[in-house]
Amino acid sequence: MADTLDSEAEAPAGMDRRRFLTWVVAAPTLVVAARLGFDAPDAEAAAQAPVPESSTPLSIYIAIQADGRVVATLPRTEMGQGITTAVAMLVAEELDLPLDAVDVRSASADARWLIQLTGLSSTMRLLAGPLRAAAADARARLVTAAAQRWRVLALSLTTAQGEVRAPDGRRVGYGELAEAAARVLLPAVSPLPKSVEEYTLVGRPTGRIDARDIVTGAARYAMDLDIPDALPAVVARPPTLRGRVQSFDAATARTLPGVVGVVPLGSGVAVVAQTFAHAFAARDALRIDWAPGPASALSDVDIRARLREAIGPRPLPPLLTARTLEGRFDFPYLAHAPMETQDCVAHVRDNQAEVWLGAQDAKYAQREVARALGWELAPHRVRVNVVRAGGGFGRRFFVEAAVEAALVSRAIGRPVKLMWTRNDDMRHGHFRPASHHRILAYLGLGGTILGWNHRAAVPTVEFPHGFGDAITALAGELLPEVTSTVFFALTQRSPYRFGLVSHELREAAIPIPTGSFRSVFTSQVGVANEVFVDQLARELQRDPVELRRSRLASNRLKAVLDKVVTVGQWGRALPAGVAQGVAVLEEWNSAIAHLVEVDVTGEVPRVLRVIIAAEVGLPINPKGIEAQLQGAAVDAMSTTLTAGIHIDAGAVREGSFADYRWLRMKHVPSDIQVHLVRSDDRMGGVGELGYPSAAAALTNAIARARGTMPTRFPILDEGA
Amino acid sequence: MPAHQFTLNGQTVSVESPEDLPLLWVLRDVLGVTGPKYGCGVGVCGACTSHLDGEAFRPCIHPVGGVAGREVTTIEGLGARGLHPVQQAWLTEDVAQCGFCQPGQIMAAVALLKRNSHPSDADIDAAMSDNVCRCGTYVRIRAAIKRAALLLRGAATAGGE
Repeated sequence: MADTLDSEAEAPAGMDRRRFLTWVVAAPTLVVAARLGFDAPDAEAAAQAPVPESSTPLSIYIAIQADGRVVATLPRTEMGQGITTAVAMLVAEELDLPLDAVDVRSASADARWLIQLTGLSSTMRLLAGPLRAAAADARARLVTAAAQRWRVLALSLTTAQGEVRAPDGRRVGYGELAEAAARVLLPAVSPLPKSVEEYTLVGRPTGRIDARDIVTGAARYAMDLDIPDALPAVVARPPTLRGRVQSFDAATARTLPGVVGVVPLGSGVAVVAQTFAHAFAARDALRIDWAPGPASALSDVDIRARLREAIGPRPLPPLLTARTLEGRFDFPYLAHAPMETQDCVAHVRDNQAEVWLGAQDAKYAQREVARALGWELAPHRVRVNVVRAGGGFGRRFFVEAAVEAALVSRAIGRPVKLMWTRNDDMRHGHFRPASHHRILAYLGLGGTILGWNHRAAVPTVEFPHGFGDAITALAGELLPEVTSTVFFALTQRSPYRFGLVSHELREAAIPIPTGSFRSVFTSQVGVANEVFVDQLARELQRDPVELRRSRLASNRLKAVLDKVVTVGQWGRALPAGVAQGVAVLEEWNSAIAHLVEVDVTGEVPRVLRVIIAAEVGLPINPKGIEAQLQGAAVDAMSTTLTAGIHIDAGAVREGSFADYRWLRMKHVPSDIQVHLVRSDDRMGGVGELGYPSAAAALTNAIARARGTMPTRFPILDEGA
Repeated sequence: MPAHQFTLNGQTVSVESPEDLPLLWVLRDVLGVTGPKYGCGVGVCGACTSHLDGEAFRPCIHPVGGVAGREVTTIEGLGARGLHPVQQAWLTEDVAQCGFCQPGQIMAAVALLKRNSHPSDADIDAAMSDNVCRCGTYVRIRAAIKRAALLLRGAATAGGE
């Protein structure tokens, strides 16, 4: 195990440099918890640290059950990103288990979880280390327990297939050792994780552990749970964003068949009924006078004007500037539109409550529900059961459905399953904000690039509270509250040596609910930057790949760019009206490049193929990474070409996938290739990585095919 | 209230409800069959796609009165004897992300392959473009349909035709 020690000591920046504290939790069978050990100076000290008390903050825990199954519990939510599979792979790898012997559960809300937030591409970056440490520690204790049982030297024992094996052929399953292993005080073999070279499962393309449940219909989302006596509930909502109920008449609604109750809420009027169909009918029979919401004087044209105004005058150019290029870009509001609309099952009793929710921030859900019920000082009275979610994309950081469900359950004294309709979900979202961008590129004599100034006017983004903890862990800076300005400053930078580079945020107060969307600010700033790099290349009459290559500071970015250029045959002969575009991005410790080919000869641009190269450090599950990057490319194509939200007098125009034009099968090429480039083993993020440069490469391809640069998104917007 | 009798996943069921109650809510709220999902309620997203007498249909816009005496199959009834080849192909291609739309996608694909054992890309576009996948799994759905077509043709050959 000397190799392991060495590689731990010399590991590059990333997961291995951090130390992880592991400890055994008092339980009948072996349970090992672990956390990011900011306070653990080195592995040896961590191993000898006294067993922390039960209030100790933790990152994950792993339980070895008497039946031999191993359960990993983590403060994260599976909503399609494949984290449960990647976690199971890490645990199976370290414990030498078959993958199907591992179960992965989402923890309910608990103050002890260090960071209970699913977002910021943070799951693997923050949890892979603690998971490996806990699993390796558990393995060491199981081996030690077997050695004690057989009275042999622990170092002579091996593990495979969920068993400890002796040289003489004796074997014992982990389940049988789970009790004794819980009482091992000091492991007699190394409790350190394997080195990457020893991996046999991690790094191998692996199918999702929950795939079978999904394809048989057995996978349960919140509305599929069998909570006894839970009644369907829907809410009549205002026509405008954040409108309020002034008065209502439920006399007719109450007489309709199947209606159980009508409950007024601030956000609308809820109807509880025997089935959702009955609830919809009763909701439609309510008569409600609405007070218009705070944005009811605003439409798209006003919002765009305000954002343009917020940009302000040009700053002074750098010395020796001979010419200034200016680019302006407009991005729309976007709805997250997960396939599963906002929903929650709630059961509120006298002084305790239980909710079932696909929460991206379970502790926030707990606090908000407690606050709504008047239990601000006792949030532990609310149990938040985290269930799988049918997509999140940032929308499930917010918990309106949970608050509503809790209030309705208390009012009628029964459990309810409250669901937003597609209209509700589309028209009362927390939208990725619209934005306006001005990019100034300063050129000296002879085409030298002296500076780059990007000013973005963006309505204030409402970040969930949990972002503070997560950013603190990721950035190493203490940030209890994250504001737009802070988040912008932390995340927006240029990968190019463009002289004096500055990115500035101008926040605009526009009373339309906002939230973070996949890639957050980079979904606009990063896209506009990469589109304008192509414009700069055109102005300088340089090849966009050659210009990028000459100015990129990062070798990882050069490597992924080279990869798509080679695989995608950059510059190959193409028919008239067909063109290629490229773009790159480095973020969340990962690097990516996209090459997109598009045909603009038809009525609407048609994407012919997408070549993606990504460097994410150690790829735990290449199949899952490919899925995330393919999906993000479809997100990017959808919102670049056709999907955007329109605001008409404070109301959202789009109501479903009929007019929020997310791409369909017929619009998406069959060829979206993902190539992984690997230079080191640091842990990079994947969830958000694939969006910005996909959108920019597509835009660049369209610009090259048409000869004009698109500046307003979505490009095929008909309504505005 | 009238009783509506129909076959659901091979079993006869009888439900008392108004005739115009959308079948989706009969399935989900009355019978507890939750494979078909609510995604829009107006027939534009395909998350509830199931089969009526072997053809793809949308229970969210189909009244229960309209299925009396007919055969309804949901995702739960598809692989009654082990996994259907389309489900098998979905596993091999590892299609699902969040998974919410996938029961509907699979049921649409099964219906397509029933009437067309050699679907072209254009056939797949035509049959599958009314099913939204917000996670963007279309590339793998297409690959899985082609794989399932091969499996089904192989099974037909093995069966001696």
